[in-house]
Amino acid sequence: MRMRIKLKLIVGLSVLLFSVNIFAASKVHLDHANTDIFDEASLQNGAKLFMNYCSGCHEISLMRYNRIAKDLNLTEEHVAKNLMFAGNKVGQAITTAMPEDGAAKWFGGVPPDLSLVSRSKGTDWIYTYLRSFYDDEERIFGVNNTVLVNASMPDVLWSLRESQSESEFDNSVRDITNFLDYVGEPAKLIRLQLGKWVLLFLSILFILVYLLKKEYWKDVKYGIWRPRD
Amino acid sequence: MENNDLGSKKMNNKQSWIDQRFPLSRVINEHLAEYYTPRNFNFWYFFGGLAVVMLIMQLVTGIFLTMHYKPDAEYAFASVEYIMRDVEWGWFIRYMHSTGASAFFVIIYLHMMRALLYGSYKGPRELIWILGMVLYILLLAEAFMGYVLPWGQMSFWGAQVIISLFGSVPIVGPDLLVWILGDYAVGDSTLNRFFSLHVVVIPLILVVLVFLHIVALHHVGSNNPDGIEIKQNKDKDGIPKDGIPFHPYFTIKDSVVVVGFLWIFCAVVFYAPALNGYFLEAPNFIEANPLKTPEHIAPLWYLTPYYSVLRAIPPLFGSQFPGVLAMFAALGVFFLLPWLDRSPVKSIRYRSPIYKWILGTFVVSFIVLGWLGVQPVTPLYALLARIFTTLYFAFFILMPWFSTLGKTKEVPERVTE
Repeated sequence: MRMRIKLKLIVGLSVLLFSVNIFAASKVHLDHANTDIFDEASLQNGAKLFMNYCSGCHEISLMRYNRIAKDLNLTEEHVAKNLMFAGNKVGQAITTAMPEDGAAKWFGGVPPDLSLVSRSKGTDWIYTYLRSFYDDEERIFGVNNTVLVNASMPDVLWSLRESQSESEFDNSVRDITNFLDYVGEPAKLIRLQLGKWVLLFLSILFILVYLLKKEYWKDVKYGIWRPRD
Repeated sequence: MENNDLGSKKMNNKQSWIDQRFPLSRVINEHLAEYYTPRNFNFWYFFGGLAVVMLIMQLVTGIFLTMHYKPDAEYAFASVEYIMRDVEWGWFIRYMHSTGASAFFVIIYLHMMRALLYGSYKGPRELIWILGMVLYILLLAEAFMGYVLPWGQMSFWGAQVIISLFGSVPIVGPDLLVWILGDYAVGDSTLNRFFSLHVVVIPLILVVLVFLHIVALHHVGSNNPDGIEIKQNKDKDGIPKDGIPFHPYFTIKDSVVVVGFLWIFCAVVFYAPALNGYFLEAPNFIEANPLKTPEHIAPLWYLTPYYSVLRAIPPLFGSQFPGVLAMFAALGVFFLLPWLDRSPVKSIRYRSPIYKWILGTFVVSFIVLGWLGVQPVTPLYALLARIFTTLYFAFFILMPWFSTLGKTKEVPERVTE
């Protein structure tokens, strides 16, 4: 047992000693996603594309259908009819119908939950990754990816790419990226809108408190803080 | 001294009932209305009050987070996201708490800098300094344990790396490690005990020590940018000539500071809560996975100077223990400051020019070490880390000598504006 701990310590310390900057730029060049979380049409289109092309394999299990309805200005009926393929209730989390053991057999692993991918990888990464598949006969699905080398994901957007012009396709991927950015942090919609009002309130409060302070400190300035009795 | 009645007659009648049973007026007077504070406080004196505000904010937001968080390796990660999504205003409470942790350290580092600038650790304030250092170290432990709770990849692997340091202690190391972890690896038992320590034990000690820190301060009185003891210059009523009552003058001044601080704080909370990975690291949005080591492990920014010291010390006979010792020594040596500094004056304003240069070098060393702590180890950076670690320790070791060097300026009788 001591040996094991010693080994763990050595591994831990070498990780510690050779750890590199978390803020270092990625070696792969990433295109700028240029998404806008307040572009509602883009989010709605992104939701539609995600549900059609991605949700067959990937869950976004931290997200609920009715939250999407509420935030994206859609009716719950619309969401239930057009975006809910797994037959859940609108209050439920968005999971996938694909069985895990099947996934492991077909893809060599369970496709990751994408609830937080925009936060762990960033929107630029998603945007570039989805546009970086190329033909590679060596791979099981006939494609490889320049951003995530030897990705086990097939090029699921190929039909979309074939039917759209390059800029149309870029926009579709941008919408999916935008939707995933929203899914990563639904509160972003609130906090970015609310922030300016909070700061405005604090600015006004600051002026008032400052003037009050100035008034009080006149006593100190003129040396009359002590009441003369 | 009839100058501090606290309102109408009615109020006073009520107070006398309480005062017969509890020294309320006396406490209020001693610590607020008749606590005489030097009138020449500047920017550097903002941070004690702000630290108290920060402590309260962390306690209150922490209470609400505890209502929804699940300290269980199975559910912890999802419960944090549940707070971020399904709990009303949960995202706001969580961001206040996570931003608050970093803001707390910004404030504490500036608070400590003030002590270095104006010699606030020197007699008769040695105990205030020691209490403050204990608070600082407890706060580092509190922040480290808090960062483990979201149970993301950085939570897990950061804990793995830091806790494994204790395993390098000769002879007892491996047993110590198991004792700390409650298991042979970081896991559910570690998470549970960290939760208990983070939520109950350390906050309780922090609150008590902050109380003692302030009691000690109010007993000896505040230092000031001139490093003069204002109590040595009293008028016929026994009031320091350069003192003004803490309340209302500093309560209102600190209110301005607090609102200004909240403006910056809220700008981060609402517009950049992750602050580019410095406050919330991207890999921490992936659930802890003991089988998958992240590409890079870096501690949060407030720990990085010590992390650099750790990395700067080469292993001895294959043991990292010297580095671990150096890291703790880098923290511990601060305790000796009141006795290492032999200068006849307190404030930087009256110290010798050579002292100013040396203090400046120390501050630069601390910042460079902090910056190096998030950089990859390259031969150049390793060399830099060693140079600045040497400078860091030289500041303390050589202080008894250089603090008496050069010509100090004459300290005035009364505070300057």
